[in-house]
Amino acid sequence: MILRDTATVFTREITPSLREPVSLLFEMGQPLFFLFIFGSLLPGGGDWQWFVPGILVMMCLMGPLGSGYHLLVELMSGSMERLTVTPLNRTALLAGRALKESSVLLAQAVLIVVLAVPLGFELHPLGILAGLALLVVLGLGLSSLSFVLAIKSAPSGTLFYVVSQLLIFPMLLLSGVLLPLDSGPAWLRAVGAANPLAHIVSAERALFAGSFQNLSILYGAAGATVFAIIGLVLGNRAMRRGLSGR
Amino acid sequence: MIHTRRLARDFTIKKQTVHAVRGIDLDIEAGSLVAFLGPNGAGKSTTLRMLTTLLPPTSGSAVVAGHDVATDPAAVRARIGYVGQGSSAGENFRAGDELVTQGLAYGLRRADARRRAQEVMDLLDLVPFATRKPGTLSGGQRRRLDIALGLIHRPGLLFLDEPTTGLDPTGRAEVWQHILRLRADFGTTLFFTTHYLAEADTMAERVIIIDGGRIIADGTAAKLKGELAGDRITITVDDAVAARTVADRMGAEVISAEPVADDHLVQVRVAHADRALPDYLRALDAAGAKVTSAETARPTLDDVFLTLTGRALDDPA
Repeated sequence: MILRDTATVFTREITPSLREPVSLLFEMGQPLFFLFIFGSLLPGGGDWQWFVPGILVMMCLMGPLGSGYHLLVELMSGSMERLTVTPLNRTALLAGRALKESSVLLAQAVLIVVLAVPLGFELHPLGILAGLALLVVLGLGLSSLSFVLAIKSAPSGTLFYVVSQLLIFPMLLLSGVLLPLDSGPAWLRAVGAANPLAHIVSAERALFAGSFQNLSILYGAAGATVFAIIGLVLGNRAMRRGLSGR
Repeated sequence: MIHTRRLARDFTIKKQTVHAVRGIDLDIEAGSLVAFLGPNGAGKSTTLRMLTTLLPPTSGSAVVAGHDVATDPAAVRARIGYVGQGSSAGENFRAGDELVTQGLAYGLRRADARRRAQEVMDLLDLVPFATRKPGTLSGGQRRRLDIALGLIHRPGLLFLDEPTTGLDPTGRAEVWQHILRLRADFGTTLFFTTHYLAEADTMAERVIIIDGGRIIADGTAAKLKGELAGDRITITVDDAVAARTVADRMGAEVISAEPVADDHLVQVRVAHADRALPDYLRALDAAGAKVTSAETARPTLDDVFLTLTGRALDDPA
């Protein structure tokens, strides 16, 4: 029942993207901009092996972490209310959406990797597979957390806008996505060490370099798993408690 | 179809308990067409949300379509249709896709969901809009899509929360034409709320009025108007005091007599104006009061509410 319902919700969510695949490219505008412009500006002409994994985690912050916005719009308009009056499994309502976000993320990540190859990005197949898997787990967690935030913000939505705006940029900088934290002052490195996203970024860098013997992979995998578990548990609880909506 | 016993719901707002619905008893038989009215904040939406399993009751019980909303919400959901106040179709989705999704949500197989989507689009004249998104449809077309979504699983009971709000008269008539046809063709039980009292008056067989979380009136529109409001006679007279005294002396037939606007206008509520007016005019004449004009008006549901609460129904009380 839950699998069937998850498939129903997933199919609903993914259909518009499949009908207009170009929209996925538009949504990728910012990561692509950073890849080609910011990446080229890095000293030494850009260390792609270092930079591309960071861009992939950045997409997680832009896509899945922002995905609650679509839920919020549906909570405010009444279409979510319509779905909650159907017998659809409550967990499936969340899981189907989170899976859609992760699938889109995966497609976009593959595209970024392919685009980076001509720039000199080296492919390590096993490392890429493991890196993408880690990314999907992180995407599931962040999108679920974003849904929780959207549900708590409805019907006004203010909380969602405030939190997501306050969160995304500092998280980007403090996870060492764009610039290495190693060259920062001690306090900044301490913040980075406490930020699970920074470990996930390091893990992705190790994996995409084809190196599996790096302690950061363990930390990163643990971090992404914790995000996923917290996100799914909180999201499930919020769904089951009932949506306030309008 | 709907049976509630002391159904109640409290909310805690800023550490204060608000009793939104204070124990209501409702019995609605299969096949009824019921209008549920009340001013904003009367407990109308809260009641509707409880009956449709969106909100658990604080106390009391509600059995909807044969199942208890608190103990078996899934069974209730499978048997009712709901057309909310908002737009039911997601903005990013094509109308046809949303209808198929809705069928799948009710457990239909994909092929059946497609066939059913086609059927409800036929039923509500939506076929040309299957590949359009809701944003490109007119208000009336969108509302018809909302109703189609509520009907995909052929529910025996359909809740409609303000189905015609925001539509122009043509759109309203169009939506009602479809709602009434549903009832004629499938015997669907309909429970709707509305802003437009005239709509409740002409469409519903039974009108239930809620105020302050309690049911304050329940019956056919004609019965409520006859018993609770009565007809209205308005006269212009030189001596308003005499006019009231004469009205008071007429006895049981007069419900109330009050001056309105200025000293020369008197409004008298009576059970039957057609019979009371000649008597009243003769009595005024005998008392020496000079009447320059007289008119009668049939009561509206707003008059019923006014009589019951002293407020107008559309006042944001």
